[in-house]
Amino acid sequence: MHDLTFPVRWRIALLAPALALFAGFWLLPIGRLIQLSGGNDALATYRAVLTNRRYLESLGATVALSVAVTLATLVLSVIVGLFLTRHSFPAKRVLLALLTFPLAFPGVVVGFMVIMLAGRQGLIGALTMALTGNKWVFAYSMTGLFAGYLYFSIPRVIITVMAAAGKLDASLEEAARSLGASPWQIMRDVVLPALAPALTASAAVCFATSMGAFGTAFTLATDIDVLPMTIYTEFTLNANMVTAAVLSLVLGVVTWAVLALARNLTGQAAAAAA
Amino acid sequence: MKLDSIPVTLRQCGKSFRGQRVLQPLELSIGAGETLVLLGPSGCGKTTTLRMIAGLEKPDAGGTVLFGDEDVTARPIEQRQVGMVFQSYALFPNLNVRGNIAYGLRIKKTDPATMRQRVGELLELMELEAHADKPINELSGGQRQRVALARALAPQPRVLLLDEPLTALDARLRDTLRTEMNTLLRGLGITTVYVTHDQAEAMALGDRIVVMSAGRIEQIGTPRDIYYRPSNRTVAQFIGTLNRLCGEVRDGMLNTLGGAVPLNAPLRAGAVTTYFRPEDATLVAPHAAQLHGVIEAAQFLGERTRLRITGAAPDTLVIDVAGHLELSRGTAVGLALRPDALLAFEID
Amino acid sequence: MSEPAREPTPVQTRVQTITQMPPSPASQLAPVRTQRLRSPNWITVGQVMVTLALCAFLIVPMLMSVMAGLTVNYFRGVSSGLTLRWVSNVLETYGDSVLTSLYVAAATLALVLLTGVPAGYALARSRTRLSRLIEEMLVLPIALPGLATALGLLAIYGGFSAFRNSLWFIVVGHFVFTLPFMVRSVAAICASIDLRTLEEGAASLGARFSQRFFTIVLPNAWPGILAGALTVVTLSLGEFNLTWMLHTPDTKTLPVGLADAYASMRIEIGSAYTIVFFAITIPLLIGMQLLGIDPGGNLDPQRLQRKHAKRRARESAALADASTSALPETPL
Repeated sequence: MHDLTFPVRWRIALLAPALALFAGFWLLPIGRLIQLSGGNDALATYRAVLTNRRYLESLGATVALSVAVTLATLVLSVIVGLFLTRHSFPAKRVLLALLTFPLAFPGVVVGFMVIMLAGRQGLIGALTMALTGNKWVFAYSMTGLFAGYLYFSIPRVIITVMAAAGKLDASLEEAARSLGASPWQIMRDVVLPALAPALTASAAVCFATSMGAFGTAFTLATDIDVLPMTIYTEFTLNANMVTAAVLSLVLGVVTWAVLALARNLTGQAAAAAA
Repeated sequence: MKLDSIPVTLRQCGKSFRGQRVLQPLELSIGAGETLVLLGPSGCGKTTTLRMIAGLEKPDAGGTVLFGDEDVTARPIEQRQVGMVFQSYALFPNLNVRGNIAYGLRIKKTDPATMRQRVGELLELMELEAHADKPINELSGGQRQRVALARALAPQPRVLLLDEPLTALDARLRDTLRTEMNTLLRGLGITTVYVTHDQAEAMALGDRIVVMSAGRIEQIGTPRDIYYRPSNRTVAQFIGTLNRLCGEVRDGMLNTLGGAVPLNAPLRAGAVTTYFRPEDATLVAPHAAQLHGVIEAAQFLGERTRLRITGAAPDTLVIDVAGHLELSRGTAVGLALRPDALLAFEID
Repeated sequence: MSEPAREPTPVQTRVQTITQMPPSPASQLAPVRTQRLRSPNWITVGQVMVTLALCAFLIVPMLMSVMAGLTVNYFRGVSSGLTLRWVSNVLETYGDSVLTSLYVAAATLALVLLTGVPAGYALARSRTRLSRLIEEMLVLPIALPGLATALGLLAIYGGFSAFRNSLWFIVVGHFVFTLPFMVRSVAAICASIDLRTLEEGAASLGARFSQRFFTIVLPNAWPGILAGALTVVTLSLGEFNLTWMLHTPDTKTLPVGLADAYASMRIEIGSAYTIVFFAITIPLLIGMQLLGIDPGGNLDPQRLQRKHAKRRARESAALADASTSALPETPL
């Protein structure tokens, strides 16, 4: 039905300011970035960058890390999320609140948390020293980075899992139980399939966030460069705008593609779970 | 409270949406002060017609909407001075009852004294005084409906439009409110267009009923016209229950499975399909019966018992008898039909 | 695989959960069975351990950093005494960054409110393919890494030194990053309250578009606006990726200052600085939790559903009264 109470001129008037600012401060810049990334010869530039060994390693490391983080986050979040949804205990709300604070932390704070845990004066170092005589410090290695990425991914996915678990129809599980299914079978056949859309969406967001995470790596100053760090180094230390542009666009396209794929798989905006 | 009312005319108003015709061009003349009911199943176009009168939809090219002598086709709803009650009531959650009722007056910048008086009148008329300052989420369904009515009436509209106002309520409340609504509309004397899919509501409230189906008008008439003289099978089947009687016409009698029924009006000889209403058949002693059959099922409904009878006709017949009659399955019964009970249609 | 304690628990919990179900017939939510922690089977034990480990992993460092910022000497721990020295040191040295962050957040919020609220409404009301594309487009700055946005901004506006060196350069970056959250939040609430019918109701009473917008649309959309506002402010305060690339020594925000402190200062100062950050953001987060706003900036639909279910239950109860009070005074 035609919407006569919302005439076209008002639609334009209401959208125009946002769109104008957006165009001026995002579309235009990204357009220029694309243009710059082409350099003098777009094809040659892109080929050069994409076949450069260092960049490929960086990209590979980032992807591997992001995939590992996503998988670990999913497993842990499902276990903990389901547990928290189905059990009540005193101070549960406080616990949940605390668990979700890391969502607001910038990557640098997350890096600092990792240092607190696993740095040279970290808790784990002290514990392992007391227990085994050898101090285990892993904050500045890939493990530390992994821990950091877990730190900001888990809260987000737990919330999504809890929201989805809250909507699960308990009668399906009861039916499975009445038919003799074990808890593992129920998990495999009833719970996980029902959670699948939410899990797919949050996995995509988790992957995308890990791919683009900068602050955590910056703080932890690891040896192995993840792609955002490479981009940063190229731009600031090497003043290589073209390479930085190409790499960040490649990163952007990969991220966007993963989110779009997940959205198609689940039929809802994966970015809405962000 | 008496309101000025005007006649409403629709000429050649049709509506297409995305290439699909949802409403065939129709002609409608509503008299001043008349209550016209648009009746039909969902998708028949009744709400579209109402919204065209309201100004929320524009008729396709060539259609005109007249309020009295004024052509209002091009005017948006804000300028048509209609009062509209929506199916979901559309009460404003950010205002309380008083605020909702006064809204139209506020927009018109009515002076505070008049506003207070008018709102007070309506609160009294709708028996809402006790709830006047409540937020609307504390109201029951019936109370909300009354607020919606009061709000629509406050700015003294020329035409009152109601889009299935009782559909959202439970059955018992609906009955009670239907009677109240009837009294109210008669008392107001305002031109009213009322959309519903409930035929009992239509017959109780309408001065005239417009039966619609699949985007076109099937019949316009008074409730009795529609019920006793339906112009085609669609109308007949939509209103009330209908029994089908198929048989052969021979020598002024309709011969069927369980007997023969005398015909009042001549029908062409040969196979024919006729219809009659349950209340037009009575249970009689077998020797005086026109049709003979056997009770297949008896459903006790309180004030009446609904019998399903087989063998009297090719189709199972549904007959109502008084509730206190206890008849069991398998009983042989005889039926007699009222003289002009049979309906036959040109096109089946 | 043995589950020794399985038999007694299911029956008991079943009885318990049935009585825990809401009695209202109007409630149409899928029942969520919650149980009290009962005597364990292995699976539950495993779950509990994983949960405890995870919670420790997330929460302990936060507590540690708070403690570190308050102790005289981190290496010696609490035994060395508690002090606010580090915090006041931080406020002296880095106080500017805190103010800068607050200014930037306020300016971002103002821009987002002025442009995002109307846009969210417009997109919710016009469900065309174009509006869906526009929504998709507005989400892109989140999908692409902040670095790309920053590089782009530098590429275009780097030359305009007055703009580039001002706080507005950062505000602009924050704006494109936070806008979709406000738009989505407002669009969600406008969709959920069937604004179109409300507006038709207001129009039937003579209200023009601008009147409707201010008397009906805004008052009813404000929960979504509030949720969006809190989300925008929280995001802006914590934004680093973009801001680090765009900042100058004069336009340092809190997170940027944090990066400096972590790199070059002793751990007590870094921790104290983190305490300041917590002090600013955690109240906002708590506020959001209390209002039922999820981290995506959306009002929790379950909470809204529960409110509606409660209302419906009240209605069913009131209906019993209403049907008696609705007896007509008309002659039968």
